[in-house]
Amino acid sequence: MTTADVVGPDRAAPPPAPEEELPSGLAGVYARAWLNLRTGNLGPIPIIVGLVVVVLLFGLTATNFFTATNFVNLVNETAGTTMLAFGVVFVLLLGEIDLSIGYLAGIGALVVAELQLPGSSQHMNGILAMIIAVAVCAAIGGFQGSIIAFVGVPSFVVTLAGFLIWQGVILNKLQQRGTIIIQDRWINYTDSYGFSHLGGWLIAIVVSLLYPLAILYRRVSARGTHIAQQNWWAFAAKTGGIALVAFVTVIVSNHAKVITTSLGLPLSGVIIVFFFILLTFLAKSTTFGRHVYAVGGNAEAARRAGISVPRIRVLVFMISGATAGLGGIIFAAQVNSVALTFPPGNLLLNAIASAVIGGVSLFGGRGEVRGALLGAVLIGTLQNGLNTLNVSNGWIYIITGLVLLGAVTLDTFAVRLQARSGR
Amino acid sequence: MSDTALLQLRHITKSFGSVQALTDVDFEVNAGEVMALVGDNGAGKSTLVKCIAGTHSADSGQILFEGREVHINGPKDAARLGIEVVYQDLALCDNLDVVQNMYLGREANRFQILNEATMEHHTAETLKSLAVTTIRSVRQTVATLSGGQRQSVAVARAVMWNSKLVILDEPTAALGVAQTEQVLALVRRLGEQGLAVILISHNLHDVFETADRITVLRLGRDIGVYERRQTSQQQVVEAITAGVPTKVAGIPTTAGVEQ
Repeated sequence: MTTADVVGPDRAAPPPAPEEELPSGLAGVYARAWLNLRTGNLGPIPIIVGLVVVVLLFGLTATNFFTATNFVNLVNETAGTTMLAFGVVFVLLLGEIDLSIGYLAGIGALVVAELQLPGSSQHMNGILAMIIAVAVCAAIGGFQGSIIAFVGVPSFVVTLAGFLIWQGVILNKLQQRGTIIIQDRWINYTDSYGFSHLGGWLIAIVVSLLYPLAILYRRVSARGTHIAQQNWWAFAAKTGGIALVAFVTVIVSNHAKVITTSLGLPLSGVIIVFFFILLTFLAKSTTFGRHVYAVGGNAEAARRAGISVPRIRVLVFMISGATAGLGGIIFAAQVNSVALTFPPGNLLLNAIASAVIGGVSLFGGRGEVRGALLGAVLIGTLQNGLNTLNVSNGWIYIITGLVLLGAVTLDTFAVRLQARSGR
Repeated sequence: MSDTALLQLRHITKSFGSVQALTDVDFEVNAGEVMALVGDNGAGKSTLVKCIAGTHSADSGQILFEGREVHINGPKDAARLGIEVVYQDLALCDNLDVVQNMYLGREANRFQILNEATMEHHTAETLKSLAVTTIRSVRQTVATLSGGQRQSVAVARAVMWNSKLVILDEPTAALGVAQTEQVLALVRRLGEQGLAVILISHNLHDVFETADRITVLRLGRDIGVYERRQTSQQQVVEAITAGVPTKVAGIPTTAGVEQ
């Protein structure tokens, strides 16, 4: 968005690019896209292209990848990692790291499993149990964040200690019992419930309307000021794109079946979209989010501007703890239990890799919540597709690692190109 | 000393342990005036400014703001009075755009939800009022701006909050010739708009381009105040390197250089 209302001679500055005044209408969309491409301002384009390539590749080679049922499975498999990756975005935006989230997810799952245990003294409603579990994880995150913010111990060390401690707690709790079965239906719904066909359509309509309503609200609130507004064509394309994705998702989900039972739009996916919108709003449209970016960009400048840097750090680690706890619950719901093998696979590393593949910088101040979503979907699709091809776990790790390396290398080149073109 | 001074410091003394940083310093600046503060390294310029900005508090002495005695115990007190400091490192967030930096820590919001339209509008207005015309878009990230533009953003941020006194710490230290000219023009404009400006600089060329008066510090004492029009660079250089405070000699004049 450009307000080219202040133009004047500046002998020392680089000469203004000739295409600074972008034409309006459809030509403007092309001009901006071309400008962005040349200057390395690619945004989420490479990862979306990568996703399309992966889907086409597996669709052509694996017999049971490109099916409606596998799509619903994929959503349910990916939801937990995505939830953790959302929290990772905020931590990385500060330029910090949280290594404890894998086992914090385990703590979330463990707390929820203990609280729903039928016949035990603490037995309670599943929804209440989930709220308490997420609160416990947020509190743990806040505690770790306090040590980082107030004592000044590096986050790597504090959360590495957390990694060991919470792993130990889980081991102690589950060593004798082995596995706790989750029977509460509300908890299990988080990774198994599917909406009815009608419910799916209604959700698709609501999601499709959110973006245009937000943009219209912004236009109305900017009336009377000379603020450059988004090109109408770009606006129409985005609105249409979101609606297309929403409705195709519902159509596919409504076709998904296990034997004769229809699966429908998975609740786990709706939870992810809900938190995606909520956390994007938090990051981009609130003072808190602005301060997170500021602290990540230049903590000293933020401090001098009157921002309480420790407060921001503690809150971000609370978010990280809460999303880890919720992600853990979703993982437990996937297998209806918590076992000694929790968290599954490389949960911690997959979550961090998702955010990084999505373009979130490890050095703070750069990245977006949507990056975590796209990165997690790419990794999830890749691993799901390789599984359906019966590729060994070893190769799955190797290929995931190569994709991570490729994505970050591409991003580094793009950033260098941006720096050179002065944008 | 005139009675109309916006800010007056009287007999300011400050020491750090056994190091006497400021000894019985008097200083003043009027509204609409650019007052340069010059002196060699370790002369006490930074300490004096930090006493005004609230980073340090003076051991003894008086601070008068708009004729009333004030106690500045922190940067927030200074900001409340309308005193803003632009430090040498500018304290900008490179990853944020111009608007976001201008409103850093004071974002326009309703229930913690940002009001981008208001912020963008006022940023553009402020830059226009200061004739900062080289910034193409207020939605550019600060990382893409030239040194002079960054300085302009930092100054504009200090001015935007109805400030009465702006303190600039070496604003041209890292700039090329053309950009230095831009920033100096901006400094003069601040004075013309009725703000009091304290300009700390090593560069006497800059000082003589912009300042109305010049205060010289040497070894923690004020050597004197010079009217720029009635002073040569040579006189100021002598004061910086060999000046003796006239007060000690018991001759309270506005300027004094002892050979």
